[in-house]
Amino acid sequence: MEFKDYQNIWVYVETFENKPKSVGLELLGQARKLADELGEKVCAVVMCEDASGAAKEAVAYGADTVYVLENPEYAFFDVEKQSCAFVKLIDKYKPSAVFIGATNNGRDLGSRTAVRKQTGLTADCTGLAVDEESGNIAYTRPAFGGNLMATILCADTRPQMGTVRPGAFKKGEPDYERSGEIIREEISLPDETSVVKLLEFIKAQTTGTVAIEDADIIVSGGRGLKEGKNFDIIEQLAEALGGAVGASRAAVDAGWIPHIHQVGQTGKTVSPKLYIACGISGAVQHLAGMSSSDVIVAINSDPNASIFDVADYGIVGDLFEIVPALTRAIHRTKEG
Amino acid sequence: MRIAVCIKQVPDTSEIRIDPVKHTLIRDGVPAIVNPYDKNAVETAIQLKEKHGGEVVVITMGLPSAKKALRECIALGCDRAYLVTDRAFGGADTYATSYTLAAALQKLGPFDLIFCGKQAIDGDTGQTGSSISAHLGVLQLTYALRVELEKDTVRVHREVDEGTMVLEAKTPALITVGKDINVPRYLSLRAKLDSYRADIGELHRDDLPDIDETKIGLQGSPTRVKKTFTPDKTKNGIRIDGVGSATAAQGLFEYLSDKGFV
Repeated sequence: MEFKDYQNIWVYVETFENKPKSVGLELLGQARKLADELGEKVCAVVMCEDASGAAKEAVAYGADTVYVLENPEYAFFDVEKQSCAFVKLIDKYKPSAVFIGATNNGRDLGSRTAVRKQTGLTADCTGLAVDEESGNIAYTRPAFGGNLMATILCADTRPQMGTVRPGAFKKGEPDYERSGEIIREEISLPDETSVVKLLEFIKAQTTGTVAIEDADIIVSGGRGLKEGKNFDIIEQLAEALGGAVGASRAAVDAGWIPHIHQVGQTGKTVSPKLYIACGISGAVQHLAGMSSSDVIVAINSDPNASIFDVADYGIVGDLFEIVPALTRAIHRTKEG
Repeated sequence: MRIAVCIKQVPDTSEIRIDPVKHTLIRDGVPAIVNPYDKNAVETAIQLKEKHGGEVVVITMGLPSAKKALRECIALGCDRAYLVTDRAFGGADTYATSYTLAAALQKLGPFDLIFCGKQAIDGDTGQTGSSISAHLGVLQLTYALRVELEKDTVRVHREVDEGTMVLEAKTPALITVGKDINVPRYLSLRAKLDSYRADIGELHRDDLPDIDETKIGLQGSPTRVKKTFTPDKTKNGIRIDGVGSATAAQGLFEYLSDKGFV
């Protein structure tokens, strides 16, 4: 393997219903910084039924080149089809590094592609940098429930692959004046590439109007809510602020709210502008998913709760009184 | 129906603490458990066996102490257990681990279905199951919320951000599961005692003659840990204590207004 043949940083921009998911755009911003440091290009890979919108977005968020694979076959994610095409694309253009959002689909695509390319993949990263010594990508990721961070290199094989947690990087400001090259690729897949049939797609029902990974404001509830029905007060505050509803693992494990709302090491990583933690003790595994939020507010009756260590504004008090009072105050402002 | 389940013995990460002086993990006294998602995988396999007949083989790669985890799976209803262990396998990353487990599965197989937990709570990579399927060249159905089997057709509800994909495929397949799929059964004391007498098979380097030396252990791992550190997230924020709820709420409202959130 000639390393000098392998250049540029690629970002897989995952789409749903032809729209790019936030994580791909987040990664383009970080890839841009690293590519500028290395003097390389940022290339996006988009596979969907109609990629015209997603390709433009990719350029606006920092891609120099977008490889577009358009095919009705990519309307829904099928790991076998996508990794087959991805391997062919890698063989053709030889990227030095590949970043993929660590969604369920992205993790599958990453591992299947890395195995086929016999290369290393660092999973679920929260940090991406250039290793000063070697010029390799330094992938940093949490382990042991967020108690330990590890920086990992893939020094001897190419491409250096990594999946990155959604929300680990903030999405940059799009520049729709940027120009970029859009290259349409025709990759024919063998007829029997995949034998998996999609029978049905059942869309998720979410509480509140916004998905937590896209929200600027998140109000989260934990064990301190005591009962599932008490999530009402969390939802009401989230609604008043125009934010999304999050939850700790304890609340999800108790069956109070679906897993898609879970923030933390085994849930989602978020970095909103405002995170309000209500009745959440702040286990390391929860902190791993939200501590990079801009402003963190914590309300908890336990003065020793670890959540206060990371809070910008902590209130030791009764959330059942404080949260509804805050919601009322916000409503009064709106009406006034 | 032959079913394999790959499990991992992990430290209970909810019990891990950081040494406040040395900033390192305190592993002493941390209980070793079967990775929770792997217990869901075992439960899924056992339920299928109970319905369709056949055999469930459980395997893990690790140190001899991981036999305890395999015994627990026997007690839960797995029929046979194998420990894949050798000094040559040590230090493996997910690529080398999944390659070695795939070689062991090939040796013990063929299997109609292979189950894994969606991720392990210590490494949290979520890559091993999917990578095993890639090494074996069998299809993968991941993040299963429901698994149904009819002859050689498997139907899986697969969780993604936007909802649930209902997928259908022919066996063989590798399926990964999370905790929403079922509630693992409790161990009966009797089964637990019986499992102490169960034979645990061992597979060493020499038992897998076709294995590629360049793909196992530390030497076969394309990724290397350069450094580890403990995250320091402590902020010295504003703290409100000992005021009434109304005052606290009003103070918070003003804080959020100042920041432009309201």
